[in-house]
Amino acid sequence: MDFALYLRYGPALASGFAVTLLCWFGGAALGLALGFVVALLQRLSFAPLRWLTRTYIEVVRGTPFLVQLFVLYDGGPSFGLRLDATSSGILALGIYGSAYFAEIFRAGFNAVPPGQVEAAASLGMAPFTILRRIRLPVMLVAIVPALTNMLIILSKETVVLSIITVPELMYQMQTMAAETFAAFETILAMAILYWIMVELVARAGRVVERRVTAFMTGAA
Amino acid sequence: MNDAPMIEMRGVSKSFGTLRVLDGIDLTVDRSEVVCLIGPSGSGKSTLLRCINFLESYDTGEVRVEGRLVGYVEGNGRRRMPDRALREIRRGIGMVFQHFNLWPHMTALGNVAEPLIRVRGLAAAEAGLRARAMLGRVGLADKEGEYPARLSGGQQQRVAIARSLAMEPRLMLFDEPTSALDPELVGEVLQVMRDLATEGMTMMVVTHEMGFAANVADRIAFLDRGRIIAYGPPRHVLHESTEPRLRQFLQTYHERNNF
Ligand SMILES: Nc1ncnc2c1ncn2[C@@H]1O[C@H](COP(=O)(O)OP(=O)(O)OP(=O)(O)O)[C@@H](O)[C@H]1O
Ligand SMILES: [Mg+2]
Repeated sequence: MDFALYLRYGPALASGFAVTLLCWFGGAALGLALGFVVALLQRLSFAPLRWLTRTYIEVVRGTPFLVQLFVLYDGGPSFGLRLDATSSGILALGIYGSAYFAEIFRAGFNAVPPGQVEAAASLGMAPFTILRRIRLPVMLVAIVPALTNMLIILSKETVVLSIITVPELMYQMQTMAAETFAAFETILAMAILYWIMVELVARAGRVVERRVTAFMTGAA
Repeated sequence: MNDAPMIEMRGVSKSFGTLRVLDGIDLTVDRSEVVCLIGPSGSGKSTLLRCINFLESYDTGEVRVEGRLVGYVEGNGRRRMPDRALREIRRGIGMVFQHFNLWPHMTALGNVAEPLIRVRGLAAAEAGLRARAMLGRVGLADKEGEYPARLSGGQQQRVAIARSLAMEPRLMLFDEPTSALDPELVGEVLQVMRDLATEGMTMMVVTHEMGFAANVADRIAFLDRGRIIAYGPPRHVLHESTEPRLRQFLQTYHERNNF
């Protein structure tokens, strides 16, 4: 074990970690927003939109993330989309995540007891108010575990971005490995850093879940 | 307009697919009247009630509340009325459900205040004051900070009633408000409803509580397979009518309640 290696490559690894977080947060935010819109569109009674969103979800879920990334980064310019590697990576993560987030939101909407919505409607509440004040909060509680899960999956998908030269953690690790031939040290550092990241999300998710569900189960 | 009966149903029919759930309902409810709706399971009681605030649409006939056609545009065949107009009508009609349907992420006070803020447009402070007063009225002043999950069924139902009453409805619809309650909790909810009737609230109540129907209702309607086949004062419907299906229905009641 050559620990001095970590000191020498510390700054590169730190910047890689920062880029990983950036891609992850960016992709997650984009995916959540896009997924929510897709889930909302699916609820409209306009059939072509439902069909379109359904197809979008099936296509995104049915193809590997790596392929989507290449289509966007290498194929992008041919349909006028010229983005640098990091932007492409974030956009691809967002699109990839959105299909899964849309499904989670859809399940969440279905989990809202119809009676609670009817009660609101019978009091004269407008549809948008019902969405914002009743459906959303009730549904969010139900989907916190699934959301946490998907956020973890997205955090791990960021490693794929190294393939299109996004200077994230994986990319910096590979550089370190290539320059020093220290394969074991690289893998060890990688496992630990990603594990820390995932563990933090998982813990945060559990805290949110506890706080959010506590009052609804009467444990508050 | 103000001379119009509170509820007027004329030839109201409704089918789910091929099943005719309401079959030519004619019913008039005057102001301050309490009408109980009884009948076997699946006879269409809930559907009838839900047509009055258009939670359920009806196929033919007319439902009028205070003279105003519910759900459809006046004189325009079956064109749906704009959502805004429907909401306007619903504001004047309170509804209480079998399973309470409180919003689990809001406290008792929050449940009552929410529609005041979002529908009536009251400021939060004023809505809170009024909500607190309503909770006091149903005997739950000390529970305002509790979430529904921490309340008993009877308490939840009283919060639900307070939530409706806070909106100052001119008509209250109850769909089996005590059916999901443990027997010892039924009384507290019926008491609130009895007080309401005494104060002159117009009420339509689907119930299996024959004691309540006998003592509080001005009229009882017996519904069977989507038709009202007996209608009148409690004494008439519960004791004098010779309608065979009604007698049979009441018979099963007596058998169940006399052990
Ligand atoms: N949304 C629906 N779709 C299809 N059928 C329905 C629907 N709602 C009710 N029905 C059917 O219509 C009939 C009348 O239902 P309704 O709920 O009005 O009866 P009810 O008299 O309230 O019965 P209960 O005493 O069991 O509450 C039943 O046969 C029911 O299965
Ligand atoms: Mg019913």
